[in-house]
Amino acid sequence: MRILLVEDDRDVAGFVVKGLREANHVVEHAANGRDGLFMAASEQFDAIILDRMLPGGVDGLRLLETLRAQENTVPVLFLSALGQVDDRVKGLKAGGDDYLTKPFAFAELLARVEALTRRGKADSPVTRLAVGDLEMDLLSRSVKRAGQRIDLQPREYRLLEYLMRHAGQVVTRTMLLEGVWDYHFDPQTNVIDVHVSRLRQKVDKPFPKPLLHTVRNAGYIMRPDSEG
Amino acid sequence: MSSGIAAATPPSEKNPARESKRVRLLSRLRRSPLLRSAGLRFAVLYAIIFGLSALALAIFLWWATAGLLNRQVEAAINADAQGLGERYQEGGIPALILTIQDRLSQNIDENAIYLLVDAGFRPIAGNLDNWPKQVSASDSWFELLVKRGDHEALARIHRYDLPGGFHLLIGRDIGSRAKLRSLLTAGLLWAVLVMVVLGSAGALAIQSLFKRSLADVSATADAISRGDLSNRVRISGRGDEFDRLAETINDMLDRIARLMDGVRQVSNAIAHDLRTPITRARARLEDAALHARDASDLHAAVERATSDLDGIVSVFQGLLRIAEIEAGSRRSAFASLDLYELLSDLHELYGAAAEEQGQQIELLAKPPLPMFGDRDLLQQAVANLLENALKFSPPGKPILLAAERLGDRIEIVVADSGPGIPVEDRARVTERFYRGESARSTPGSGLGLSLVQAVVQLHNGGLRLEDNHPGVRAVLSLPAELSANRRLGKTERPNATKPVTPAPV
Repeated sequence: MRILLVEDDRDVAGFVVKGLREANHVVEHAANGRDGLFMAASEQFDAIILDRMLPGGVDGLRLLETLRAQENTVPVLFLSALGQVDDRVKGLKAGGDDYLTKPFAFAELLARVEALTRRGKADSPVTRLAVGDLEMDLLSRSVKRAGQRIDLQPREYRLLEYLMRHAGQVVTRTMLLEGVWDYHFDPQTNVIDVHVSRLRQKVDKPFPKPLLHTVRNAGYIMRPDSEG
Repeated sequence: MSSGIAAATPPSEKNPARESKRVRLLSRLRRSPLLRSAGLRFAVLYAIIFGLSALALAIFLWWATAGLLNRQVEAAINADAQGLGERYQEGGIPALILTIQDRLSQNIDENAIYLLVDAGFRPIAGNLDNWPKQVSASDSWFELLVKRGDHEALARIHRYDLPGGFHLLIGRDIGSRAKLRSLLTAGLLWAVLVMVVLGSAGALAIQSLFKRSLADVSATADAISRGDLSNRVRISGRGDEFDRLAETINDMLDRIARLMDGVRQVSNAIAHDLRTPITRARARLEDAALHARDASDLHAAVERATSDLDGIVSVFQGLLRIAEIEAGSRRSAFASLDLYELLSDLHELYGAAAEEQGQQIELLAKPPLPMFGDRDLLQQAVANLLENALKFSPPGKPILLAAERLGDRIEIVVADSGPGIPVEDRARVTERFYRGESARSTPGSGLGLSLVQAVVQLHNGGLRLEDNHPGVRAVLSLPAELSANRRLGKTERPNATKPVTPAPV
């Protein structure tokens, strides 16, 4: 994936660039808003990671507004120290697809950027999801594995749907909390783990190969074992 | 306080020079400290109103007494004239003379004065010796001194001219009445003087009342601007306007004091509660740099330090969130919502975690529970209470999550059977970073209940921590949305209270 990082802090930028390259992405870096806007407008990227407060007269919000005015729909993730709810709302209103507050864990950033690029591709409505021998019919809301029907509670169904839509990607606990429960706070207890482990009981336990894996220090990933 | 007279008067465009002079004059007047005293203005106004009403009373009194006497005299003279005129019509001058002499001899009215003279102003009949020189114009009133026998008397006289060059004077000696009148006038003048004195005294009293009533307010404000936030305006207990003003000001001061306390708490907290984990992280890193024997040692130390830092960050975010909520800026995100849905979602989310620990959360609530608020914040507040309950409640004892509508309020109850909060700690547990004795050994930041308190206050509600015998019974009392039916009626689906936020997929 080709990712543009617009970030003026050299240490943070170096850390992010290194991490993204280690995850096999191609990364371009701009250290101010003007260069960032120029690169974003003239080149093709799969995602942009954008700081809000930038030197060079063009801040992150203006950069994005200019891009969107040119009907550029590249997925954008804001990475900002401005963490109040209002700031978040402003960022999303300006056309941002996601918002991550500094300081951040790299695993969270990586998972969110990869989720963004996937979202960009899914234009046509899907009616079926499949991971390995696990199948989900979105119309009849039924789940089968190896031809065997699995009964799920509504929330378990939504959790599984989210995981299957992001199959092959790391999904963090925060992403699950926001995407499945629509909660925007950090619970102190391991509530998400409990729900995932319950889902595992139904989806993985009766079958020889697990599909839902825990990624240490990051979250979960759903994938057929052979790919691992 | 001093309302600008000049500012209130629209400047006339026709005469700018005169206008500017007037404005200058007025602004000079406004600068004068005397006129800037509202107390003095009220006092002067009082004196003017008092003086005017006193004057009106005096004028009425004068008109009703001295004026009445005058009018009585004139009426008597007119009656006399009418009677004499009738006699003259009947018998001419001789009858007139006879009548005058009759009346004088019968002494009907000892104050009566008559004088009939011929064309040469020689007296023919009457009790005046000669024609008074001052009486000149005909058919008019005179008030003059006349010689009656051996003394002079003040008289009110009317002159009538008769055909044939005869002239007639009819009058009354008003000496005693004039004395009465002058007494009356003097009395009224004294009264006016007394009124002026009383009015001024009243004005001064009003001014000093004003000064005294406001002196307390201004002394308090002074003390506070010097930094003593404990001062409050004294309340007289009379329940008057000044008391209400004092109450309002005191409420405002209480709020300021609370905010200041918050700021102080936060700075103390940053000094203590953030320094500790930062020290720990720093020590770990330095220790690893000095003593790590191999790469895995180093790696483990770095990871632990990172998680320490994550803890610091979450405390920091908690603090900022509380500050943001307390600033009240989030009211813009308020919307209609159904607390029942919110609670059953949370019940579902935390129920699984509870069962995993051998605990159980019981949900006791009936839909709908409409209210107007910030969904995210309410979720977080109840979640914090549930997390506390999960942390402290022993296995096997159910945790209660209940909500009930009580009139115009909705009460949410989260009750556990844990160690509870000692009575002496209850007031303090909502302070930032305060952790009770029993909570110190468990993980946590000490911000959970502070956030709950902030959220509840933002929604004009209250947080009560009660004894659950054993355990804590936390009660959130929030205002219900009264106009819920109207709001719901507007939406297409009658149960669409939950804001529809599509899950990012």
